[in-house]
Amino acid sequence: MTKSELIEVIAREQSHLAYRDVELAVKCMIEQMSQALASGERIEIRGFGSFSLHFRPPRMGRNPKTGDSVELSGKYVPHFKPGKELRERVNEKFEIELATQREGHG
Amino acid sequence: MALTKAEIAEHLFEELGLNKREAKDMVEMFFEEVRMSLENGRQVKLSGFGNFDLREKKQRPGRNPKTGEEIPISARRVVTFRPGQKLKARVEAYAGSQQQQR
Repeated sequence: MTKSELIEVIAREQSHLAYRDVELAVKCMIEQMSQALASGERIEIRGFGSFSLHFRPPRMGRNPKTGDSVELSGKYVPHFKPGKELRERVNEKFEIELATQREGHG
Repeated sequence: MALTKAEIAEHLFEELGLNKREAKDMVEMFFEEVRMSLENGRQVKLSGFGNFDLREKKQRPGRNPKTGEEIPISARRVVTFRPGQKLKARVEAYAGSQQQQR
């Protein structure tokens, strides 16, 4: 599912809102979440998961063209930890699929 | 301090003029639709932010940390997040500004 598909699904269900408003809202939410992480803030969405920053320490790297060693400075990278509800729902469907496959072969 | 659904809804109310009810519903639906897609085995790609991908893990040996008893960890499907280039660049810029402050 892409961002535009997500906007379409929400617009279909929230039919009292104009498509354009749903589009703006989805973009606004994504921008606010990006902004939070860009300023070092965590995001905690109950039942979905949390986003935080993980630090990657400085390391020596190589310029792939010249082979020279270069020192790469430490940096932060975004990290997502799925919440309990998301983990369980994703896995429940998967277990049903597995069971159905087994029956199909048996 | 962390960003929560309540603050995201508040922001929609202030920025876009949705009423409080609409703003709250919008935030709930956003995360629910992403969950539904993943639950149905479909990855979610939010350009500018990142991709929520699905990975299938085989059964592997595990242990009860309390008793030391061996119990297999069953095969499962898990969600992973791959941040997009734009988000990665913005987050790295934060790291840069922190170093300058020190």
